[in-house]
Formats: sequence, structure tokens, C-alpha cells
Amino acid sequence: MFRPVAPLPRHLLAIEGLHPTAIAALLDLAESYLLLNRSGKTRRDLLKGRTLINLFFEDSTRTRTSFELAGKRLGADVINMSVSTSSVNKGETLLDTAATLNAMNCDLLVVRHGQSGAPALLAQKVDAAVINAGDGTHEHPTQALLDALTIRRAKGRIEGLTVAICGDVAHSRVARSNLHCLTALNARVRLIGPPTLMPAEVSRLGAEVFHDMAEGLRGADVVMMLRLQRERMTGGQVPSAREFFRFYGLDAGKLALAAPDAIVMHPGPMNRGVEIDSAVADDPARSVIADQVEMGVAVRMAVLDSLSRQQQRLA
Amino acid sequence: MTDLLITGARLLDPAARHDAPGSLLVRDGRIAAFGAGVTGPEGIPRLDAAGLCLAPGLVDLRASLGEPGAEHRETIASAAEAAAAGGITTLCVLPDSDPALDDPALIGFIARRGEGTGSVTLLPWGAATAGCAGKEMAEYGLLREAGAIGFTDGQRAIGSARTMRLALSYAAAFGAMVAQHPEEPSLAAGGAATEGELATRLGLPGIPAAAEAIMVARDIALARLTGGHVHFAHVSTAAALDLIRAAKAEGLRVTCDTAPPYFDLNETAIGEYRSYAKLSPPLRAEADRQAVVAGLADGTVDAIASDHQPRDTDDKRLPFAQAAAGGAGLATLLSVTLARVHAGDIPLLDALALLTCRPARLIGSSAGRLAPGAPADLVLFDLERAWKIEAGTLPGKAQNTPFDGRAVEGRVVATFKAGRRVF
Repeated sequence: MFRPVAPLPRHLLAIEGLHPTAIAALLDLAESYLLLNRSGKTRRDLLKGRTLINLFFEDSTRTRTSFELAGKRLGADVINMSVSTSSVNKGETLLDTAATLNAMNCDLLVVRHGQSGAPALLAQKVDAAVINAGDGTHEHPTQALLDALTIRRAKGRIEGLTVAICGDVAHSRVARSNLHCLTALNARVRLIGPPTLMPAEVSRLGAEVFHDMAEGLRGADVVMMLRLQRERMTGGQVPSAREFFRFYGLDAGKLALAAPDAIVMHPGPMNRGVEIDSAVADDPARSVIADQVEMGVAVRMAVLDSLSRQQQRLA
Repeated sequence: MTDLLITGARLLDPAARHDAPGSLLVRDGRIAAFGAGVTGPEGIPRLDAAGLCLAPGLVDLRASLGEPGAEHRETIASAAEAAAAGGITTLCVLPDSDPALDDPALIGFIARRGEGTGSVTLLPWGAATAGCAGKEMAEYGLLREAGAIGFTDGQRAIGSARTMRLALSYAAAFGAMVAQHPEEPSLAAGGAATEGELATRLGLPGIPAAAEAIMVARDIALARLTGGHVHFAHVSTAAALDLIRAAKAEGLRVTCDTAPPYFDLNETAIGEYRSYAKLSPPLRAEADRQAVVAGLADGTVDAIASDHQPRDTDDKRLPFAQAAAGGAGLATLLSVTLARVHAGDIPLLDALALLTCRPARLIGSSAGRLAPGAPADLVLFDLERAWKIEAGTLPGKAQNTPFDGRAVEGRVVATFKAGRRVF
């Protein structure tokens, strides 16, 4: 059957606003790269001569490495730039950096920044296609895509599944991107967490909100845990790590409330014993956390490839 | 000596509810007479104002100028240029500059700088606390003698209930009001947008709308306790307006103003992180915007102020949460207010009263009315002329308008200060 695919925007700044067919097309392409990666082959011709810059204003080993590997497997020249936020005077440098990047003829720019909207601001100023690798508490689109691919491969579908996202939703860009992505693909999304870590009016974004974890997990096909940032405790939004783990941490007992074949996900890095028990995180029958990392490279290859094609089409 | 005869205008004096065609005669910079049959002596300069409205020059209750301290954003000269283009002839200057207007000498300095412009009278607010830092009271008696119209910490809330109590109580002895930026600081800290669906989508730290009502409720209780006059600046929520409406009905000395963004825009104006629409208080939900319009219509709101806060591109070209809050508002004050008239929300005379005689009455000024013998501070405007507000093309230095791209109907054609055309 012919399925028209909505075009991607010039930049990948957010999942919100992407057409479901565009998301599905990215996942299909990612799946083909997954098979390529597993075969040990590469396609170094696809991004040959193109420059990919990883611009990270926040530390991240995992995401940066994943983008670096994705770029290299497609033949791009990859440069990593880490900008320590403490040493720069915030956004002035952001736009100064944009001018520098333009002078370097950067084609693909991967940006992580602590401020929501920073990649969108950069996108207004640079010639490169901008890929948001996480901005503040806004979005982390490639994480949502790799999570969707992980779910699709583990469950054979996304439509109709019940996905429970649990933990510090308020400060999570991963939760927001996943919510937009999974609802676009017709999954049912539940958000579980204490009211002090739940963003205002988030149910209007299409999620069902639970403050009781047992109730929220009941019958869920996918349990996605979020990282609890330690500084939230000092901000007084939860009283202590032990209280948080008791009521919102995932252990085998709580997992038993989910569907018998429910899978467990975590975007990493994990706080073992704070939001997730090691026995669950390391259970090969339930945990797909290692798969998420593998999907990450494939999804980022698909994104880089698609945006690069789009860029050449628009040129 | 400035003499002028403006003929054929629609004369509007909101203080006297006067709205009729006629002419206005200026002699020696003062209004000599106005009305249907008014003419002037032979040889007097004449201005044909057929089809235009002539009203008292606007009285802007609250505006920040970059000077002193932030001249890269705005100087008194550039603000005066913007004010003249906006029809403003009396401008009340907020004290949270650098240095803060907490010293009688600075109050005198601002007033003299206003005289120096020749186009706008500057009436300074005095700092409510030393350095506008929210701790010790400033010298209200001395500041009042020097010409302070009232006391406020400008964009900073007086957070301590005890300090506010003392301020209201002490200021009453000098017949002055204390104006509050009504926002509970512990709820507003770090916030960039009104808490709700939009802030959640954009991942922006939110300020609950209740932060305003909480402060308003507290200060109404303090006004009741002290008998002082509390004035709430840029009121933006339904809950706060309900409290103010009830306090007025109770007979307390409670007044308030709002600013054009709060009745013309809602939170969606921040769109995809448009930092020009980042204001303090933040833009609100549509229901709150409608409540502000209702507050204008039923008289709960006492004045419309420009809420002018000059910012330059370095302040605004930042990720949204880091960008400075504040919008330029002098040149667009009348036009955006007239949008509510065209929409049928408020009658023209009521809208003009909110921009002229009502704020003037609040500060005990005789400005803002057409009265024989009064200085001929006037604005001549075309009620129907359409134009588009565009950042980068506004008069004055500050270009940070939250109304960028907004098409409006109604434009200032000329502004007169003591009979002299200044725009």
C-alpha cells in the first residue's frame, strides 16, 4: 500500500509537530541501519565530505559518543566541541559560536544545552541542520526515537500499547519527547510520579497522570524509568532518596503489577537503588536497557542521513 | 510664545466626558479655549485637524528609563523621543534604576532632565526601600518633598510582609501610595513563563498565576491594617482583579493599573521561545487576558501604563529562560489600547481616561485634561489609521516590543507639549 510520508523539517528540534508518517519513516530507516551495523558493514559514502559537529554545553558521554559513532559510520568528518557552561557567559557565546560554526562550513550540528530552546535559537543563526541532543527540560528527540524503535522491536508494534513513564517527569526532556512520540504513534502514555515532580497541566498533552505507582503500572506493556537528578532532592521537591525509591522506584515487586511480558527501559545513566533496583535493571528477560544503546546509534544514523538528504534537496 | 489654533478636530476630554467637534486655541503654551465656536486672532498659526481626534497628552503611570545606569538600552533623550511619538506628555519614572531613586537629589535630577527634553514631564517614583533592595524603608518624607509621586521598588516585589506594612503605614503620613509588583517572590523565583500547558510543552520553568493573587491578597490585608494606599502594578490575572474589586467595594484605598500586553496578548505570544514576549509578570492564559479586559471595562483598573522596560538585543538574544524580561511600550501605548476600543470592549472616552485623567488623579496631578488655563499638552491622533508595529522601526532606542508584527488601527499624528509640536 502506498503511504505518503510527511517531509522532515530542516532541523530536528523536537518530536512535537512531527507527522506520524515522518516518525515511522525514520524508524524504518533506523531499522535498516540496525541490520547494517549488526552485519559489520558501513556506508561511509553517504555523508562523505560532510562535517558533523557535536556541540555539547552539558556533559554527556553516552549521547555524544552515539552521535559520533553514527556520523563516522556514515563517513562524515566528526568534530566534538565541549563548551563548559561555567566558563562562558551564557548565550552571548551561543551566538558567537554560531558565527564560528558557519565559518567552518558545518553541515550537521548536534547540540546539547542546559536551556530549553537553545538549539532553536542556534537554528535561526546557523546554516547547518541542527539536531537537538537535549535542551533543558524541553525535548530530547533522538532519545524518543530510539525508545520507540526499542519498543517496536521488542513488542512488534507501538500502536495500542500502554507505556508507563515513571519518575521525575517535571525535569525530564526524555519524558516530554517520549510522550509526543508515543502518542503520535497511538500508544497510551501514563505518567507516574509525585505531584511535585509532575509538570503543570501535562494531561493536556495527552497523558494519563498517576501519583500511585501501583495503579499506574497495572497492565502496562512498557515501563520506562526516568533518572532522578540528585539536585531535585536539595530543591525540596522530594524529601529523600529512600522515600522516593519506596514509592516511585522500580523493583521486582512493583514490576509484577505490570503486564507479565512488560519490558523495562531507562535512558541512562541509572541511579541504582534510587529509581531502579539492580535486579530489575539487569534482568535479561525484562530489561531492554542495553538494546536502547544499540538502537541509539542506528536512530542517529537515520536522522543524520535524512536531514542531510533534506538539506541537499533544499539547497 | 506658543500660539496655535487647531481646527476641525474631534475634541475629547475624558475628565469632562466631552466628545464633540470643535477647535482648540493655544495662547502662550496654554489652552485658552476650546469648543465648537472657538476661533483665534488673525495671523495665528493654524492646524487643520479635520478627521482627527484631539485629546489630552497621555500620562504614563509607570515606565523604566535606561538612564541612569543602563544608557546602552535607553537614554532619557531616546525615551522622550519614543514618548512623544506615542503621545505621552507626562511620564512617571520607575525608581529601580542604577542608582535607584532613593535619594532626594536623584528625584530632582530626573525631574530636571525631563524639563531638559522640552517634550515630556518626568515625574519620578521614589524607591520604597533603600536601593530598591526590599529591606529598609527609603526617606519618604524627603523624597516626597523633592517631588516623588509615590513609592515602589519598580519591577521588584516588596517581599517581606513586615516591610510592606511599614511602608504602607509610613507613606500614609505623607499622603503617598505604595505601588507593589504583585508577585510572591518565592513562587516566582527562576520562572520564565506562566505555569501551565504551554510552559510544560516548551520546558520552561513556570510561575503559577496564583503568585499574583497571593501577593495582592496579602497587601490588601495590610492596607486594611494600616489604612495606607496600596497600588498594584501591571495586574494580569482574574484572581487578582477579583480581590481588588472586592477591596474597592469595601472602601479600602486600593488601586491598580495594567499594561497593554496583558489585555492584548496571551501566553501564546511567546510561541517558539520569542524572548521579546518575555515579560514580568509573564503573559497569561487567555481567560486571564479576558478578565483584564473586563477589569478595564468595569472600572476596576484605574490606569493603563506603558510598563516600558527597555532591553537591547544582548539582553534578549538568549535562550528564553536566560533572556531579560520586559517590553518596550511607549510608542505603542495608545495604538494597542485603541484596539480594545475598536473591538468594542471599552468606549473611546473610557479608554482615554485610563491613559490621562485617571492616572493623573492617582498621582495628584492636574495633567491629563482639557482645561482652559492648563498647559497645552495634547495628542492628535487618527482613530482609524492602520499600521504595523515592527521591532527595529520604532522611535527611540529600545526596540524590544512584544507586539512585533501586530497590525493596529489608530496612530498618533502629532504631540504637543505646552503648545509646541514635539512630534
